[in-house]
Amino acid sequence: MNLNSNIPEGPIEQRWTNHKFNMKLINPANKKKFNVIVVGTGLAGASAAASLAELGYKVKSFCMQDSPRRAHSIAAQGGINANKNYPNDGDSTYRLFYDTVKGGDYRSRESNVYRLAEISGSIIDQCVAQGVPFARDYSGYLDNRSFGGAQVSRTFYARGQTGQQLLLGAYSALMKEVGKQTVEMFPRREMLDLVLIDGKARGIIVRNLITGKLESHTADAVVLATGGYGNVYFLSTNAMNSNVTAAWRCHKKGALFANPCFTQIHPTCIPVHGDYQSKLTLMSESLRNDGRVWVPKTKGDTRKPSDIPDSERFYYLEEKYPSFGNLVPRDVASRNAKNVCDDGLGVGSTNLAVYLDFKDAIAKQGKSKITEKYGNLFDMYQRITDASPYKEPMMIYPAIHYTMGGLWVDYNLQSSIPGLFVLGEANFSDHGANRLGASALMQGLADGYFVIPYTIGHYLSEHKLNEVNNDHSAFEDAQRQATNKIERLLSIKGSKTVDDIHKELGLLMWDKCGMARNEAGLKEAIEKIPKIRDDFWKNVNVTGSEGDFNQTLERAGRVADFLEFAELFATDAEHRKESCGGHFREESQTEDGEAKRIDEEYSYVAAWGFEGVGEKPTLNKEKLEFEHCKPTQRSYK
Amino acid sequence: MSSEKTINLTLKVWRQKGPTDAGKFQTIHAKDISVDCSFLEMLDIVNDEMARGDQDPVAFDHDCREGICGMCGAVVNGIAHGPQSETTLCQLHMRKFNNGDTIYVEPFRAKAFPIVKDLVVDRSAFDRIIAKGGFISAKTGGVPDANAIPISKVNSDLAMDAAGCIGCGACVAACPNASAMLFTSAKVSQLAVLPQGAVERTERVLNMVSQMDSEQFGNCSNHYECEAVCPKAIKVENIARMNREYLRASVVSRD
Repeated sequence: MNLNSNIPEGPIEQRWTNHKFNMKLINPANKKKFNVIVVGTGLAGASAAASLAELGYKVKSFCMQDSPRRAHSIAAQGGINANKNYPNDGDSTYRLFYDTVKGGDYRSRESNVYRLAEISGSIIDQCVAQGVPFARDYSGYLDNRSFGGAQVSRTFYARGQTGQQLLLGAYSALMKEVGKQTVEMFPRREMLDLVLIDGKARGIIVRNLITGKLESHTADAVVLATGGYGNVYFLSTNAMNSNVTAAWRCHKKGALFANPCFTQIHPTCIPVHGDYQSKLTLMSESLRNDGRVWVPKTKGDTRKPSDIPDSERFYYLEEKYPSFGNLVPRDVASRNAKNVCDDGLGVGSTNLAVYLDFKDAIAKQGKSKITEKYGNLFDMYQRITDASPYKEPMMIYPAIHYTMGGLWVDYNLQSSIPGLFVLGEANFSDHGANRLGASALMQGLADGYFVIPYTIGHYLSEHKLNEVNNDHSAFEDAQRQATNKIERLLSIKGSKTVDDIHKELGLLMWDKCGMARNEAGLKEAIEKIPKIRDDFWKNVNVTGSEGDFNQTLERAGRVADFLEFAELFATDAEHRKESCGGHFREESQTEDGEAKRIDEEYSYVAAWGFEGVGEKPTLNKEKLEFEHCKPTQRSYK
Repeated sequence: MSSEKTINLTLKVWRQKGPTDAGKFQTIHAKDISVDCSFLEMLDIVNDEMARGDQDPVAFDHDCREGICGMCGAVVNGIAHGPQSETTLCQLHMRKFNNGDTIYVEPFRAKAFPIVKDLVVDRSAFDRIIAKGGFISAKTGGVPDANAIPISKVNSDLAMDAAGCIGCGACVAACPNASAMLFTSAKVSQLAVLPQGAVERTERVLNMVSQMDSEQFGNCSNHYECEAVCPKAIKVENIARMNREYLRASVVSRD
């Protein structure tokens, strides 16, 4: 397949401006003639649906939760980056662009990232206008903080609930349009298939999760904003219902899936504590601004942390990375935690945890200052673990948090299927092999508020789209296939639960495709995943019936897709024999054990095409060019 | 507070097939539950057992399990979200219970929240209230620079206090009148204390309250049960502010 990323010509600073001028427009009076489906109501989906409706398009918005306000963007704690340079500390569009490309370990597309940095400031303006209560200082102006090791303070935040406030802003914009009846809202619907007619995306099949009925919805374009696939690991910081189904079904209909092996492991999560556990909880990365990470110097030291003197503590990040210390990027912090635990220095009941200690920060700044900064996080930690971080260090361990890979899109955010656009975490576009802190919110809202409203108009005006009805044979076929799959799931009546198999898959993925990967392990995963999949289709028990509110059936459908997707994930990880960002191949490391990229061979986006379940996918490569950010080996020493 | 590592419980869980079904309590024994489990993880374990016995598991809404999405919630021993203050059901841990306890688990009950199944209720009335005015009509683009209008830290913090509402509906379930005043007033308050919200303040409060009434939520008669169960500590002060806004709007409205 010929991958055309449609990057505009000209100097990088002018590409988006020129492109906006060169794209065709639709007369305001004609926009109401076009129907657009938006799937997902997180930051990207809600902002897209609201903005498209404001322009005059007829929008249908779908979410699987009971309300669009529940999407998992809501759980983001830390903040959102922007190029405002309000603190006068030297930030600029170019610096944000440069940092993001570098942070992504030179595996993202420069033009996309530049555009992201360019429009980041408008997002803050928009959110403030919507009434998002960002933190302010006593002057009444907006406050900023440095986040995730950035050398400038470019992060805007709303206490520890920035994602919630931004999402509620986008949700309110969406509900404003729902009230005006320019958006028709469909909650508790799960997308089960994409419908193509004449090679173009023309609608979707959804299941009404309350009645169990399948519905066909037609459109002139489909916008997918269905988030990431972190739950392939079973345990992750994602919401319980987050899944890959919508994206995977689009992939099976021809959309290329890019860089699935690029996943982010967040260094500061509450460690796993029992086999009944349903998910992992993230503690904001901002904690590393004041917390010091350490483990005991000697193996098997079971003393209470407060009884271990400073001289017997191994502050491994501060020692190894004197200039960044505890603020090294997420992938570096996570890998080092794994390494010290692999060396037997881990703490806690499982020995899979490290300390994050606020003792010195409390002594220096006072308890009240620490409470002001992290009070809600400390409370959350105490609720879950029954231990107070004021009195003893937190125990943390890395966990799956974000997925940089996703459906391949061009500069217009259009997938390889005409008329299918993909936004936010569901696409692969801006974060390369590693996402910087406070950049996910920025990308989701940039895509929804400021990119898709332009690029979708260009598509709709350029293509002749015949009217289609939902009694078209393509819709009937897709409905029949979805029904068959549901009936098949319900008819297995085996002896294992859906979670049994999901957990088995998750453990394998964490073990072989987690923080460190190697050829033997990945080959083993590629061999084992189809066996787990077979086991699922032979031995799972899905209780209840089809025409009912049936949460077991919902989960079963999602796990069935994870079992197909996981194989692609492992295949991608196996083929990329370099280390970069969140993808650490043990075969490719520097003498100090840091990730070593192999630019001559792997400076490309791996965009995979579907060839059938269990069949080897086809690899398409989009070569990455770096005109501005010359690849260097990242160093945080 | 339990000092044991695992506990055994007797659950009395509300089972109801659909909105028109009569519904009844089912007794379920939960054995060897780790006290480090969250309440929802305990329900996961119970459901897992039921699924292995080919029984229909208990339906309950949940998603983030971090106390922020607002999707989960049930009335536990008569208290919405259970006994721990400022805590959603997903963040309530079993160490708050004792070995041998009997625990009643019911859905959030209100006329405006029809039961979908078991513990799952339909809270779409909340979305319809927001759609009537819980927003600032700023379209995408064309807005001033974010620092063009300074906002005092006091007002900004007040707005944030109110904006923390997660829309779970515990306030309605706890209120003897099934009133949605705390929910509605939190949004009215957030936008009332910000200069950006001033332009639409009159229509906002009138329309949102009118929708609230037509959804069959009751009125506030100052029981403050809502504040007591709110997992995000939203204050009844917001109700006072909404009443003031409503009075003002009733006088100045030109409709």
